[in-house]
Amino acid sequence: MNERNERIHGVACTFRKVSDVFHAAEKVRDAGWKNWDVHTPFPIHGMDQAMGLPRSPVPRLTLLGGVTGFITGCLLTWYTNSYDYPLIVGGKPYWSVIFPFPVLYECTILFAAFGTFFGQFIFNRLPRHNHPLFDLPNFARVSDDTFMIVLEARDPRFHLDESRNFLQSLGGQEITVIRD
Amino acid sequence: MAHAHDSSSERPAILDKVRPAELPRSPLILNNRGFHWITDKVCGIVEEETPLWWKVMFGVALFVASFTFIGLGYLVSTGTGTWGLRSPVGWGWAIVNFVFWVGIGHAGTLISAILCLLRQKWRTSINRAAEAMTIFAVCCAGLFPLFHVGRVWFGWWLFPLPNQNGIWPQFRSPLEWDVFAVSTYFTVSTLFWYMGMIPDLGAIRDRATTWWRKAFYSLLAMGWRGGNRQWSNFEMAYLLLAGLSTPLVLSVHTIVSFDFAVSNVPGWHTTIFPPYFVAGAIFSGFAMVLTLMLPLRAIYRLHDVINQYHIDNMCKIILATGTMVGYAYATEFFIAAYSGNSFEKFAFVNRAFGQYAWAYWIMVSCNVITPQLFWFKKVRENHSWVWIICLFVNVGMWFERFVITITSLANDYLPSSWGYYSPTIVDIFTFFGTFGFFSVLFLLFVRFLPLLPMAEVKMVAPQADPHAH
Repeated sequence: MNERNERIHGVACTFRKVSDVFHAAEKVRDAGWKNWDVHTPFPIHGMDQAMGLPRSPVPRLTLLGGVTGFITGCLLTWYTNSYDYPLIVGGKPYWSVIFPFPVLYECTILFAAFGTFFGQFIFNRLPRHNHPLFDLPNFARVSDDTFMIVLEARDPRFHLDESRNFLQSLGGQEITVIRD
Repeated sequence: MAHAHDSSSERPAILDKVRPAELPRSPLILNNRGFHWITDKVCGIVEEETPLWWKVMFGVALFVASFTFIGLGYLVSTGTGTWGLRSPVGWGWAIVNFVFWVGIGHAGTLISAILCLLRQKWRTSINRAAEAMTIFAVCCAGLFPLFHVGRVWFGWWLFPLPNQNGIWPQFRSPLEWDVFAVSTYFTVSTLFWYMGMIPDLGAIRDRATTWWRKAFYSLLAMGWRGGNRQWSNFEMAYLLLAGLSTPLVLSVHTIVSFDFAVSNVPGWHTTIFPPYFVAGAIFSGFAMVLTLMLPLRAIYRLHDVINQYHIDNMCKIILATGTMVGYAYATEFFIAAYSGNSFEKFAFVNRAFGQYAWAYWIMVSCNVITPQLFWFKKVRENHSWVWIICLFVNVGMWFERFVITITSLANDYLPSSWGYYSPTIVDIFTFFGTFGFFSVLFLLFVRFLPLLPMAEVKMVAPQADPHAH
C-alpha cells in the first residue's frame, strides 16, 4: 500500500436496483476481494452467497448461552433448595432435575437469548458511532432506497484508481472516496 | 421445493396435459409502493408534528392510568383487605387480570416468532406493533402479582436473592416457576423487539434534521450501517431469537396454567389446561392486535401495507383459536362427566348453571359464538364489525379467567365453606386503570419508535427480489 492510501478508508459507489447491486456483488466476489461490503436498506435474499460470506458465527454464542443457562439453573436450585437451606416439601427429593424443570427451561432460554443478542453486537462490532462511512453525504440514503458497495483500503487488492475504475465497470454510480 | 423450482426450465409433460390453474398470491404491498414510500410513511409518523388526536388520547390515557395508581396507592397504604379477597375466594381479580394481560401478550410473540419460523410473510407489517403490545401487556400483568404479595416492598423476595432471613424461594411451587417464566418472557421479548428495531432506528437517525433527534436515534441505533456482513449476523440472530421465543411463549402460558392445574381444586386440576390456555392466549392476543391496528391503520393511512389480506388472516386465526377454545370447554365438560368424580362433575355443572352462570354464558357467547361470524367474508371485510367482534373477544377472554378462578374457589368441596365473591371498587379502579397504563405506553411507542418494521416490509416487496425481471 502506498502512503496516499493510509488516510483513505476505501471507495464507495451506489446502485439503485437490487438486481444491479446483486450482480455487481458477485463480480466483486469473483475478483477475489476480501475487505469489502454491500450496504443495503434491508437484507437481500441470497446476498450472503453472492458475497461469498461464510455462515454467521452467532449460533456458537447462543449454544454457549443455553448451556450456561441450564447449568446456572441447576446450580441455583440445588444450592438454594438442597444445600444452603434444605427443605422438605411434599415428600419430594431435596433436588432432582424434575421439579425445578420449568426454572431450568426458562434459564436456558434466557441465557441463550442473551448470548444471541450480545453475539449479534459482538460479531457486528457494534456499537460504533464514529465510522468513516457516516461522513459520506449519500450514506444516509442507504437506509432508505439506495444500495452501496464499499471496497476497503485494507484489502491487498486496493489501489485507488484501479478500484474506482473497477466500480465504474460494475455499473456503480456516485463513486466516492471515503476518508478516515 | 428445489424440484418445483427447477421445473420452469424442464416442465414435466403432464403439466401441459392437465394445465394447472395459476394461483396468484395476494400482494402484501398494494399500489406498487416503492422503498422510499415505505421509509417516508414510517419515518413520517415519528417526524411529523405531534397530532392533536395523539395529545388528546395521551391525556385521556394518563387520566385512566391514574386510576391504577390511586387504586394501588390505597391498597399499599391500607392493606390487601381492600380488595374483595376473603375466604373462600383468596384469588380474585388480581389473578384474573394477570392471566388476562399475559394472554394478550402472546399474540405479539406468535406473530414475531412462530409466524417468522413458518415463513409467513404477511407478519412483517404488523409484527413491530404486536411485539410492543406484548411488552406493554406484560408490564400491566406484572403489576397484579407484585401488589398481590401484600407488602410490596418485599416483592424482591420472589427472586432468589440473599436476604436477612437466610431463606430462599421454594422451587417446587408453580408460583415460583411463574416468576421465572414471566420475567424471562418480558426480557426476551424486549431483546427481540429492540434488536429487530435497530435497522429502522438507523433509518430514522439518517433522516434526522434536529440535533436532539439525531442524538436520540443514534444512541438507540448503536451505529448500525446496514452492511451485508452485519445483516448476515443480524438475520441469524433474529432467526435464533424467533426459535428461542417459540418454545418460550408456549411455556409461559403453560406455566401460568400450572398455577391452577397443579393444585387440587375441582375445575382446576386438569391436564387440558396448558394447550387450552395457550390457544386462549393467542385468541385474545390477536383480538387485541386488531383492536389496536385497525384505528392506527385508518389514522396513518397504512392501507397499502396492512391490507385486507392481513386482516383476513388475523380474523381466520381468531376464528380457529376461538373454535379451539370452544372445543376445550366441551372437552372439560366431557372429562368431568367421564371422571366419575362427584366434585369435578359438580364444579362444571355449577359453572354453567350455578351462581356464576351469568359469567359463564358471557364467556361462551363472546368466545365461541361471536368469532363464528368470521366465517363470512362480508364480516371480515367490514372493519367496524371486525373491531366490535374483537372487543367482544377481549371481554369474553377476561370472563374465561374469571369463571375458572372464581367458580372453582367459591364452591369447592364443603358446602359449609362456600361463598360468593364480589370485587370492591378498589379492584375495579385498579383494573380499569391498566387500560390507561397500557395506552400510555403504546401511544409513546407510536409517537417515538418505528411503528412498522421498514426493513422487513421492504424485504417482502416484489422489487426486493434480486432475480426479478
